[in-house]
Amino acid sequence: MSILIIAEHDNAVLAPVTSHVVTAALAIGDSIDVLVAGSGVGAVADEAATLSGVGKVLLADDAAYGHQLAENLADLVAELGKNYTHILAPATTSGKNFMPRLAALLDVEQISDILSVESADTFKRPIYAGNAIATVQSSDAIKVITVRGTAFEACALDGSATVEAVSGAHDKGISSFIGEDLAKSDRPELTGARIVVSGGRGMQNGDNFKLLYTLADKLDAAVGASRAAVDAGFVPNDMQVGQTGKIVAPDLYIAVGISGQIQHLAGMKDSKVIVAINKDEDAPIFQVADYGLVADLFDVLPEFEKAL
Amino acid sequence: MIEPGVWSVYASVKFKLDRHLTMRTRENTMKILVPVKRVVDYNVKVRVKPDHSDVDLANVKMDMNPFCEIAVEEAVRLKEQGIATEIVVVSIGEAKSEEQIRKAMALGADRGILITTDVAPSSLGVAKLLKAIVDEEQPGLVLLGKQSIDSDNNQTGQMLGALTGMAQGTFASKLSIEGDKAQVTREIDGGLQTISLTLPAIVTADLRLNEPRYAKLPDIMKAKRKPLDKKTPSDYGVTLSNNVTLLSVEPPAERKGGIKVGSVAELVEKLKNEAKVLS
Repeated sequence: MSILIIAEHDNAVLAPVTSHVVTAALAIGDSIDVLVAGSGVGAVADEAATLSGVGKVLLADDAAYGHQLAENLADLVAELGKNYTHILAPATTSGKNFMPRLAALLDVEQISDILSVESADTFKRPIYAGNAIATVQSSDAIKVITVRGTAFEACALDGSATVEAVSGAHDKGISSFIGEDLAKSDRPELTGARIVVSGGRGMQNGDNFKLLYTLADKLDAAVGASRAAVDAGFVPNDMQVGQTGKIVAPDLYIAVGISGQIQHLAGMKDSKVIVAINKDEDAPIFQVADYGLVADLFDVLPEFEKAL
Repeated sequence: MIEPGVWSVYASVKFKLDRHLTMRTRENTMKILVPVKRVVDYNVKVRVKPDHSDVDLANVKMDMNPFCEIAVEEAVRLKEQGIATEIVVVSIGEAKSEEQIRKAMALGADRGILITTDVAPSSLGVAKLLKAIVDEEQPGLVLLGKQSIDSDNNQTGQMLGALTGMAQGTFASKLSIEGDKAQVTREIDGGLQTISLTLPAIVTADLRLNEPRYAKLPDIMKAKRKPLDKKTPSDYGVTLSNNVTLLSVEPPAERKGGIKVGSVAELVEKLKNEAKVLS
């Protein structure tokens, strides 16, 4: 087994999800390299070198990879990845973007969003919005896999891998970055937070989310939302928790004014403790909640904050 | 004899004119290919078969994958704006997938291609068939859903990008076509990202790209008479194989039923002392 992990980063820091992917890789084998591809990413490579169990960090530092454009990144990894048996990346929007392109370049299938490693060729993954868990076995020579970060613990950071620069830029020249509008928040990142407070349609408007932000700040929590709240324009898309949004598994998930459609449950039902606050006692969210409170959220939220 | 300075002005004007003409031609004949998938209706909560061999889809309501419907709607809007001239919809799967092609036609697609297979094809298999169709149809844009809600793979568009060598704009929440470029705003983990793609290109639709219309009855009737080609994978010289085998399917761990608390004070007390998630 020889495994290549594609690191997730923003050119400045290594995303914590990468260390969860290392834990998945360690369940497959112990020869692990990490590729850091980006622009001005020397510091990220040094950080990746501390991931426990990693032998070598490959550093591809070129403007062509600065925005993780799938066309350029897939070409690079297709070249570097030929000699590995497994290529892993987190199932983030970046991993989901370039990994299938890479798989097709290598003429292999991709195994998406794995929850566990059963053996070097057998994995569990969710299907039908998590209403069923499939065990799948791959006979492809190179296994291209995306990993659900919340399903694996973070690895230790006591490694001391060597960093090796790889040469050659793959710039396909058919796509270019124009701009981005990224959420800025001092709160913990949604997929890594210990506590998540989420709001749904019951919040009624974007202004009322302030009630959740205040509560979240008291709890050191991240704030999420249901699709209904995002579609209604209350909050931006990066806050969506669900089948096609972010998958979270915090110690405590507090669902406020969320009815609990299966698509939302798919994104949060692996949370350790779930609290539901909803004035509709028949809301499906109560079926997965450890603690349900049938009440008006506008009464509950200020009281909750005061009680902490 | 034209002086060098004059020549360069002439060349630059001619270049712009030629470019303008090519762009016009492309715009005026842009064909959009929209692959659609027949899947379980999104409201259905599927159950695992007692023998754990797969999920039970007997007598379950089927529909077009919601993300595919958004892709169809976007193609129709581009045609309504005069940017696209023809919408070809393709579906690969069981013969009943014709229902989803007819639905796309009722929403505004012009013609269809149905490729029937006995076994559920893999993402790579679908991408290889779509590549053959792209070679034949030469679309200016391929619009797909970002993922299907059955296998939740989120792969086909990106794989087609690799096989055709086209640029890809995945998880699109906004799309505009200008000349020989597509500008795509993408929903990414941190927010929104905008990229520019050289056409022909592949775009996969996210939830907020648009809100699909409902088909009107006269359009549903008209759709029945729109042209549909029925094919098999061998017509395209593609043999479907799947190197990923489904060994078993199990239901997810059920959460134990919780309790209702009567007040905020009780809730906070339980979270602190029983669940021990608050200190």
